[in-house]
Amino acid sequence: MKRILRTPLGLSAAVLLLAVLVLAVIAPLVWTDQANAVDTAQISRGSTAEHWMGTDNLGRDVFLRVLVATGLSVRLALLATAIGVLAGLVLGAVPVVLGRRAGRVVTAVVNIAVAFPALLLALFFAVVIGPGTTGSLLAIGFATAPGFARLVQTLVAKVAGLDYVAAARVAGAGRIRLLVRHILPNVAEPLVINATMAAGAALLAFAGLSFLGLGVQPPEYDWGRLLGEGLQGIYLRPAAAIAPGVAVVVAGLAFHLFGEALSKGFTRHTAPVKLRRTEAASAVPTDDDAVLVVEDLRVAFPGVTPVRGVSFTVGQGEAVGIVGESGSGKSLTALAVARLIEHPGQVDAQRLTFQGRDLRNGDDRVHRRLLGTSLAMVFQDPMTSLNPAMRIGRQLAEVAEQHQGASRKQAWQRAVDRLRAVRIPDPERRARQYPHEFSGGMRQRAMIGMGLMGKPALIIADEPTTALDVTVQRQVLRLLRTIRAADGAALLLISHDITVVSQVCDRVLVMYAGRVVEDLPADELHTAARHPYTRALLAAVPDMTTDRDLPLAVIPGRPVDAAQVPTGCAYAPRCPLATERCVTAHPPLETDNGRRVACWHADVPVQVGDRGE
Amino acid sequence: MTAAISRTHWDSPWLGFAVRRAGRLLVSLWVLITAAFLMIHVIPGDPVRAALGPSASVQLVEARRAALGLNDPLWLQYLNYLGDLLTLDMRSSMVSGLPVAQVIGDRLPATLELAGYAAALAFAVAIPLGAGMAVLTRGGRRRPAELGFTATSAVLAVVPEFLLAVGLIYVFGVRLAWLPVAGRDGFDSYILPVLALMIAPGAVLARIMRVEMLAVFEADHVRTARAKRLPQWLITLRHVLPNALTATVTVGGLLLGALVAGTVLVENVFAWPGLGSTIVQSILAKDYPVVQGVVLVYGLGVLLINLAVDVLLAVLDPRSTIRES
Ligand code: SF4
Repeated sequence: MKRILRTPLGLSAAVLLLAVLVLAVIAPLVWTDQANAVDTAQISRGSTAEHWMGTDNLGRDVFLRVLVATGLSVRLALLATAIGVLAGLVLGAVPVVLGRRAGRVVTAVVNIAVAFPALLLALFFAVVIGPGTTGSLLAIGFATAPGFARLVQTLVAKVAGLDYVAAARVAGAGRIRLLVRHILPNVAEPLVINATMAAGAALLAFAGLSFLGLGVQPPEYDWGRLLGEGLQGIYLRPAAAIAPGVAVVVAGLAFHLFGEALSKGFTRHTAPVKLRRTEAASAVPTDDDAVLVVEDLRVAFPGVTPVRGVSFTVGQGEAVGIVGESGSGKSLTALAVARLIEHPGQVDAQRLTFQGRDLRNGDDRVHRRLLGTSLAMVFQDPMTSLNPAMRIGRQLAEVAEQHQGASRKQAWQRAVDRLRAVRIPDPERRARQYPHEFSGGMRQRAMIGMGLMGKPALIIADEPTTALDVTVQRQVLRLLRTIRAADGAALLLISHDITVVSQVCDRVLVMYAGRVVEDLPADELHTAARHPYTRALLAAVPDMTTDRDLPLAVIPGRPVDAAQVPTGCAYAPRCPLATERCVTAHPPLETDNGRRVACWHADVPVQVGDRGE
Repeated sequence: MTAAISRTHWDSPWLGFAVRRAGRLLVSLWVLITAAFLMIHVIPGDPVRAALGPSASVQLVEARRAALGLNDPLWLQYLNYLGDLLTLDMRSSMVSGLPVAQVIGDRLPATLELAGYAAALAFAVAIPLGAGMAVLTRGGRRRPAELGFTATSAVLAVVPEFLLAVGLIYVFGVRLAWLPVAGRDGFDSYILPVLALMIAPGAVLARIMRVEMLAVFEADHVRTARAKRLPQWLITLRHVLPNALTATVTVGGLLLGALVAGTVLVENVFAWPGLGSTIVQSILAKDYPVVQGVVLVYGLGVLLINLAVDVLLAVLDPRSTIRES
């Protein structure tokens, strides 16, 4: 509650709502007689000194009548909501109390009733029960009920599935007891939020019915009736129509905003802060031989810098792997290289060249064509990475249409051909299907096929097999290898799985806390890894000699939180070799004979497989 | 090749979808008709006496009761009612004596026009507006514009149409005297009722559209589209917009239902000669045959809108048909 009041919206909504409620109690007590005082000398006046909003056709003060009407309007709205919530609770809880079969019938009826707008239901009930205060009260209450019944059903279904509720059921708790003790307390919060909003809606609905003459009947009056009377004379005395209208809107808003503030209070999120863009460094002469040159790459988001100065190159046709735990910055590095980091993320680098072209500045359209045809991306989850509402063939074809000036038909032919190249059976038919009609492995192959629409010099694959099962994984990896052999494309493979990387790649980069900590040829991994983190990663992989009965080895400790990187070596808190020096000074990435490592004690022999206990 | 397309389009999922939807429509329709029939029977007291007033003679009341078939057993009345509905015979008004079908025929076009224009305008304004705001404010860009839009649309969304109608009448009818405030006579007379009816649902739709667009902008498949290096406008139009529309259409359908209900109030504010004025007058005059007939028409309208939304969704999002089965 305190948290809600601290936001400006929550505070103003609470104050407004409190004012309305207080007025609803006080106004009828204080002003009823004055508001009913007939003054035949002042009939149907506009604004005067005595009656600043004028008088009605019996000379009664409009302003006071609006104030007094607060009482009845708010009371009726709250009553109607209470009826609606109660009826909704009963209808919604029926499946729990009476069991499935009776529950299903009620659910079906509720589903049909929910389809009709509340106002139509209210009109229907108003006919059946008859116009008047009681009639419209029940009408609006019953009209609110189906919505609440639906809400309660959903909430109950969710809660009833929880472990402890199931446990209570097994323990033999009675259905009613289960409902009262375990389920209701858990659905109370969303119910309160929705009831607050519903009260606002009931207030508006009542105003509507009374306005139509179906609600409150004379001599009683609420805002709706005042509005209806005021509308008759709107040309002469607009205030008589405007004042009750404004009152309804203000009170309705108060309920609605407070409900909204309540629901926001329970799911709070912080707004991102803007970062100032720094100037990119001046162009550096590029290395013509490498497909990709990255120097001192940094990726920053407001408040965190998950990638902190990464440098590496990928040669023509070379396969480079980046391994690391989640949160090491490996995926962001891949996205940054591919220029796919979006606002508010920010990418800086001393050097970022692809195919000899500086990607940091230059004509965006030129870059687009270059990247669109020569850089292929494969993402982790093939289910979500394809557009669900577009045929697979079209999704491939648009690349050729966009970058190769192909006609629709040529592009389609090329797409079918590429699907065949990635071994999708019956590609003509498959091209016309949607992603949900493909299996996971086929989708991933289609993604790869998409990258092959151009002539890729580099394929960046970000955890391409993580979401797939083992046999499919192997097929996808084999496909990547075949493509590289056929087209001579380089590969940048991002994975948390050091085994996959060592099988596929020529060279392995190990990342930790946003930096490269080791860089070495893949075939030396098992013999010449020097960084304690690399060795720990290798040790965590079960192999032929691992005793299957022992629990799987894991690296002790937690990965570093990108928002709080320590000053010294980021790995020090988990490192068995850590010394004083490691904690105070950050080890630089030293190059030695083409291999790189960042560790003060890289030369201390530790047996591969030693977990440092 | 064409055969292959049509087969994938019209084989079992679509048939199953059609059958399921038709079944749901029929059940809802049956509930609606039965509710309308029962309405007259659960009213406390004698509906005929109530309609004719206390001064009417006993003979007249009895004659009316007989004419309406109210003396038959309930099941027979129900069967007769269903039978008559098949031939669109919905009895006659107890007040004017005109056949209910004729009353509806006279009044329905005005209501349809009002609701149709309002719905069309709401969609036509809200979708580009919401989409545009999403493009302008995504990723925390342009905070002031975002705040202005969300605050304005939040307020507009909760102001009920009949109050908005009164406000519009005051400003454009009374103060500026630009537009007529009552009746249905010429282009001018449509402006205020249509505006009153479309602003609140339009505001809600625009908000939803923006939120949906923002969510889709973050989706994996949009990252794929960016990885294809498509120009931003193409990504927005081809990959973001259609996926955002699906959710918007769902909610839009619910709003359309509410909009149909809103016509009742707006028609009464603007003295619009449609079904909304008719049903209120008939309820107050206790002219039950007319009320029954109009309730049926409104209910049917809502059911048809829901059906149309489902079909549209199935076309927009091919998964929705499969997901259910
Ligand atoms: S620098 Fe020190 S703490 Fe860091 S990995 Fe090397 S030995 Fe461990």
